[in-house]
Amino acid sequence: MPNTIPLSWYLGISAVLFAMGALGVLIRRNPLIIFMSVELMLNAANLAFVAFASSFGVLTGQIFVFFVMTVSAAEVAVGLALIIIIFRNKHSIDVDLMNSLKG
Amino acid sequence: MNLTLILFIALAAVAIASAAGLLISRNTVYAALFLVLNFATVAVFYLILGAPFIALAQVTIYAGAIMVLFLFVIMLLGADRLPRSQALPWQRPMAIVITAVLLLEAGFLLFQRLQITAGLTNPGPSVNTTQALQTLGLALFNQYLLPFEVTSVLLLVAMVGVIVLTKKEKGEPG
Repeated sequence: MPNTIPLSWYLGISAVLFAMGALGVLIRRNPLIIFMSVELMLNAANLAFVAFASSFGVLTGQIFVFFVMTVSAAEVAVGLALIIIIFRNKHSIDVDLMNSLKG
Repeated sequence: MNLTLILFIALAAVAIASAAGLLISRNTVYAALFLVLNFATVAVFYLILGAPFIALAQVTIYAGAIMVLFLFVIMLLGADRLPRSQALPWQRPMAIVITAVLLLEAGFLLFQRLQITAGLTNPGPSVNTTQALQTLGLALFNQYLLPFEVTSVLLLVAMVGVIVLTKKEKGEPG
Protein backbone atom coordinates (compact mmCIF):
# COMPACT_ATOMS: atom_id res chain seq x y z
CA MET A 1 0.00 0.00 0.00
CA PRO A 2 1.80 3.16 -1.14
CA ASN A 3 1.79 5.88 1.46
CA THR A 4 1.43 9.31 -0.05
CA ILE A 5 0.16 11.45 2.79
CA PRO A 6 2.38 14.51 3.20
CA LEU A 7 3.86 15.34 6.59
CA SER A 8 2.16 18.72 6.61
CA TRP A 9 -1.28 17.09 6.81
CA TYR A 10 -0.33 15.34 10.03
CA LEU A 11 1.07 18.59 11.39
CA GLY A 12 -2.16 20.34 10.42
CA ILE A 13 -4.26 17.77 12.31
CA SER A 14 -1.89 18.12 15.24
CA ALA A 15 -2.22 21.92 15.22
CA VAL A 16 -6.02 21.74 15.05
CA LEU A 17 -6.20 19.27 17.96
CA PHE A 18 -3.81 21.42 20.00
CA ALA A 19 -5.89 24.54 19.34
CA MET A 20 -9.07 22.72 20.36
CA GLY A 21 -7.38 21.62 23.58
CA ALA A 22 -6.34 25.21 24.30
CA LEU A 23 -9.90 26.36 23.59
CA GLY A 24 -11.21 23.77 26.04
CA VAL A 25 -8.87 25.04 28.76
CA LEU A 26 -10.05 28.59 28.12
CA ILE A 27 -13.83 28.14 27.93
CA ARG A 28 -14.69 25.25 30.26
CA ARG A 29 -14.99 25.67 34.01
CA ASN A 30 -15.09 22.06 35.10
CA PRO A 31 -11.51 21.22 36.18
CA LEU A 32 -11.91 17.62 35.02
CA ILE A 33 -12.69 18.79 31.48
CA ILE A 34 -9.84 21.31 31.65
CA PHE A 35 -7.60 18.39 32.55
CA MET A 36 -8.89 16.34 29.63
CA SER A 37 -8.17 19.29 27.32
CA VAL A 38 -4.59 19.35 28.60
CA GLU A 39 -4.35 15.65 27.72
CA LEU A 40 -5.68 16.50 24.26
CA MET A 41 -2.89 19.06 23.80
CA LEU A 42 -0.22 16.57 24.95
CA ASN A 43 -1.65 14.09 22.49
CA ALA A 44 -1.48 16.59 19.64
CA ALA A 45 2.18 17.22 20.45
CA ASN A 46 2.79 13.45 20.47
CA LEU A 47 1.20 13.15 17.04
CA ALA A 48 3.57 15.81 15.69
CA PHE A 49 6.52 13.96 17.25
CA VAL A 50 5.59 10.65 15.66
CA ALA A 51 4.88 12.30 12.29
CA PHE A 52 8.33 13.94 12.27
CA ALA A 53 10.00 10.73 13.45
CA SER A 54 8.36 8.76 10.68
CA SER A 55 9.17 11.42 8.12
CA PHE A 56 12.86 11.71 9.01
CA GLY A 57 13.20 7.97 9.56
CA VAL A 58 14.59 8.22 13.10
CA LEU A 59 13.35 6.59 16.29
CA THR A 60 14.13 9.41 18.71
CA GLY A 61 10.69 10.97 18.25
CA GLN A 62 8.94 7.73 19.18
CA ILE A 63 11.09 7.33 22.29
CA PHE A 64 10.30 10.89 23.32
CA VAL A 65 6.60 10.19 22.90
CA PHE A 66 7.00 7.22 25.22
CA PHE A 67 8.52 9.49 27.87
CA VAL A 68 5.79 12.10 27.38
CA MET A 69 3.21 9.38 27.98
CA THR A 70 4.76 8.30 31.28
CA VAL A 71 5.13 11.88 32.49
CA SER A 72 1.51 12.61 31.59
CA ALA A 73 0.40 9.50 33.50
CA ALA A 74 2.22 10.80 36.60
CA GLU A 75 0.75 14.26 36.06
CA VAL A 76 -2.81 12.93 35.78
CA ALA A 77 -2.46 10.92 38.99
CA VAL A 78 -1.24 13.92 40.99
CA GLY A 79 -3.74 16.31 39.40
CA LEU A 80 -6.74 14.10 40.08
CA ALA A 81 -5.58 13.66 43.68
CA LEU A 82 -5.49 17.45 44.01
CA ILE A 83 -9.02 17.71 42.58
CA ILE A 84 -10.22 15.14 45.12
CA ILE A 85 -8.66 17.13 47.99
CA ILE A 86 -10.26 20.36 46.75
CA PHE A 87 -13.62 18.61 46.52
CA ARG A 88 -13.18 17.29 50.07
CA ASN A 89 -12.47 20.78 51.42
CA LYS A 90 -14.95 22.87 49.42
CA HIS A 91 -17.58 20.27 48.44
CA SER A 92 -17.45 21.59 44.88
CA ILE A 93 -14.90 21.53 42.08
CA ASP A 94 -15.88 24.73 40.28
CA VAL A 95 -12.68 26.51 39.25
CA ASP A 96 -14.18 29.84 40.34
CA LEU A 97 -14.08 28.65 43.95
CA MET A 98 -10.36 27.89 43.80
CA ASN A 99 -9.35 31.39 44.80
CA SER A 100 -7.97 30.81 48.28
CA LEU A 101 -4.61 32.30 47.30
CA LYS A 102 -6.21 35.48 45.95
CA GLY A 103 -4.99 38.51 47.90
CA MET B 1 -7.38 8.54 -4.36
CA ASN B 2 -5.83 5.60 -2.63
CA LEU B 3 -6.89 3.72 0.46
CA THR B 4 -4.51 5.46 2.87
CA LEU B 5 -5.81 8.86 1.87
CA ILE B 6 -9.44 7.87 2.45
CA LEU B 7 -8.48 6.36 5.81
CA PHE B 8 -6.59 9.51 6.76
CA ILE B 9 -9.47 11.83 5.93
CA ALA B 10 -12.00 9.68 7.78
CA LEU B 11 -9.75 9.46 10.84
CA ALA B 12 -9.09 13.19 10.80
CA ALA B 13 -12.83 13.88 10.68
CA VAL B 14 -13.46 11.53 13.62
CA ALA B 15 -10.56 13.01 15.62
CA ILE B 16 -11.74 16.60 15.16
CA ALA B 17 -15.40 15.72 15.77
CA SER B 18 -14.58 13.88 18.99
CA ALA B 19 -12.43 16.80 20.18
CA ALA B 20 -15.37 19.12 19.47
CA GLY B 21 -17.61 16.72 21.40
CA LEU B 22 -15.23 16.96 24.34
CA LEU B 23 -15.50 20.75 24.23
CA ILE B 24 -19.28 21.04 24.02
CA SER B 25 -20.68 18.10 25.98
CA ARG B 26 -22.19 19.13 29.29
CA ASN B 27 -21.97 15.70 30.86
CA THR B 28 -18.44 14.95 32.06
CA VAL B 29 -18.76 11.21 31.42
CA TYR B 30 -19.65 11.87 27.77
CA ALA B 31 -16.65 14.19 27.50
CA ALA B 32 -14.38 11.43 28.83
CA LEU B 33 -15.78 8.93 26.33
CA PHE B 34 -15.27 11.42 23.47
CA LEU B 35 -11.66 11.75 24.60
CA VAL B 36 -11.26 7.94 24.53
CA LEU B 37 -12.51 7.97 20.92
CA ASN B 38 -10.03 10.71 20.08
CA PHE B 39 -7.14 8.73 21.63
CA ALA B 40 -8.18 5.64 19.65
CA THR B 41 -8.14 7.56 16.34
CA VAL B 42 -4.73 9.02 17.16
CA ALA B 43 -3.54 5.46 17.89
CA VAL B 44 -4.60 4.48 14.35
CA PHE B 45 -2.66 7.51 13.05
CA TYR B 46 0.40 6.10 14.82
CA LEU B 47 -0.16 2.75 13.12
CA ILE B 48 -0.33 4.44 9.70
CA LEU B 49 2.88 6.30 10.56
CA GLY B 50 4.65 3.01 11.24
CA ALA B 51 4.88 3.27 15.04
CA PRO B 52 3.10 0.14 16.32
CA PHE B 53 4.66 0.26 19.79
CA ILE B 54 3.53 3.84 20.37
CA ALA B 55 0.06 3.01 19.03
CA LEU B 56 -0.40 0.16 21.49
CA ALA B 57 1.10 2.19 24.34
CA GLN B 58 -1.39 4.92 23.46
CA VAL B 59 -4.29 2.49 23.73
CA THR B 60 -3.13 0.90 26.98
CA ILE B 61 -1.78 3.98 28.80
CA TYR B 62 -4.09 6.75 27.57
CA ALA B 63 -7.33 5.10 26.55
CA GLY B 64 -6.92 2.42 29.20
CA ALA B 65 -5.24 3.60 32.37
CA ILE B 66 -5.58 7.38 32.29
CA MET B 67 -9.18 7.53 31.11
CA VAL B 68 -10.26 4.83 33.59
CA LEU B 69 -8.69 6.99 36.30
CA PHE B 70 -10.66 9.99 34.99
CA LEU B 71 -13.95 8.07 34.93
CA PHE B 72 -13.26 6.75 38.41
CA VAL B 73 -12.75 10.26 39.78
CA ILE B 74 -15.83 11.57 37.94
CA MET B 75 -17.97 8.88 39.53
CA LEU B 76 -16.29 9.27 42.93
CA LEU B 77 -17.06 12.98 43.01
CA GLY B 78 -20.46 12.67 41.37
CA ALA B 79 -19.28 15.37 39.00
CA ASP B 80 -21.02 14.08 35.89
CA ARG B 81 -23.56 16.90 35.98
CA LEU B 82 -22.25 20.05 37.54
CA PRO B 83 -24.55 23.04 37.88
CA ARG B 84 -23.72 25.66 35.27
CA SER B 85 -21.77 28.47 36.83
CA GLN B 86 -22.02 32.07 35.69
CA ALA B 87 -19.55 32.58 32.88
CA LEU B 88 -17.89 35.90 32.26
CA PRO B 89 -19.69 37.49 29.31
CA TRP B 90 -16.57 38.13 27.26
CA GLN B 91 -14.85 34.87 28.13
CA ARG B 92 -16.12 32.67 25.31
CA PRO B 93 -15.71 35.08 22.34
CA MET B 94 -12.29 36.11 23.58
CA ALA B 95 -11.19 32.49 23.98
CA ILE B 96 -12.34 31.70 20.45
CA VAL B 97 -10.48 34.72 19.03
CA ILE B 98 -7.28 33.80 20.91
CA THR B 99 -7.49 30.20 19.71
CA ALA B 100 -8.07 31.31 16.12
CA VAL B 101 -4.98 33.52 16.33
CA LEU B 102 -2.98 30.57 17.72
CA LEU B 103 -4.15 28.33 14.90
CA LEU B 104 -3.34 30.94 12.25
CA GLU B 105 0.13 31.44 13.72
CA ALA B 106 0.77 27.71 13.74
CA GLY B 107 -0.41 27.39 10.16
CA PHE B 108 1.69 30.35 9.05
CA LEU B 109 4.82 28.99 10.73
CA LEU B 110 4.31 25.47 9.43
CA PHE B 111 3.39 26.21 5.87
CA GLN B 112 4.91 29.60 5.06
CA ARG B 113 8.03 30.23 7.10
CA LEU B 114 9.47 26.79 7.60
CA GLN B 115 10.06 25.02 4.36
CA ILE B 116 10.88 21.77 6.14
CA THR B 117 7.46 20.40 5.51
CA ALA B 118 7.54 21.05 1.81
CA GLY B 119 8.84 17.89 0.19
CA LEU B 120 8.59 15.44 3.03
CA THR B 121 6.21 12.55 2.83
CA ASN B 122 6.27 9.81 5.33
CA PRO B 123 7.82 6.58 4.12
CA GLY B 124 5.28 4.54 6.02
CA PRO B 125 5.80 1.11 7.46
CA SER B 126 8.38 0.00 4.97
CA VAL B 127 10.37 -2.06 7.47
CA ASN B 128 8.58 -4.98 8.98
CA THR B 129 6.99 -4.57 12.37
CA THR B 130 9.18 -6.99 14.31
CA GLN B 131 12.31 -5.25 13.14
CA ALA B 132 10.93 -1.82 14.09
CA LEU B 133 10.05 -3.06 17.57
CA GLN B 134 13.51 -4.58 17.96
CA THR B 135 15.23 -1.34 17.01
CA LEU B 136 13.03 0.68 19.37
CA GLY B 137 13.67 -1.68 22.28
CA LEU B 138 17.42 -1.67 21.70
CA ALA B 139 17.50 2.14 21.55
CA LEU B 140 15.36 2.43 24.68
CA PHE B 141 17.54 0.12 26.75
CA ASN B 142 20.95 1.19 25.45
CA GLN B 143 21.05 4.81 24.38
CA TYR B 144 18.13 5.99 26.52
CA LEU B 145 18.60 3.77 29.56
CA LEU B 146 19.17 6.64 32.01
CA PRO B 147 16.00 8.58 31.02
CA PHE B 148 14.09 5.31 31.24
CA GLU B 149 15.22 4.72 34.81
CA VAL B 150 14.57 8.36 35.74
CA THR B 151 11.02 7.87 34.44
CA SER B 152 10.52 4.96 36.78
CA VAL B 153 11.68 7.10 39.71
CA LEU B 154 9.24 9.81 38.56
CA LEU B 155 6.36 7.35 38.55
CA LEU B 156 7.33 6.14 42.02
CA VAL B 157 7.43 9.73 43.33
CA ALA B 158 4.02 10.43 41.77
CA MET B 159 2.57 7.29 43.35
CA VAL B 160 3.90 8.09 46.83
CA GLY B 161 2.83 11.72 46.43
CA VAL B 162 -0.74 10.76 45.53
CA ILE B 163 -0.98 8.40 48.50
CA VAL B 164 0.31 11.09 50.87
CA LEU B 165 -1.95 13.78 49.35
CA THR B 166 -5.20 11.85 49.60
CA LYS B 167 -4.51 10.26 52.98
CA LYS B 168 -6.94 11.44 55.61
CA GLU B 169 -5.53 12.88 58.82
CA LYS B 170 -6.48 11.12 62.03
CA GLY B 171 -9.70 12.46 63.44
CA GLU B 172 -10.58 14.34 60.26
CA PRO B 173 -14.25 13.82 59.41
CA GLY B 174 -15.45 12.19 56.23
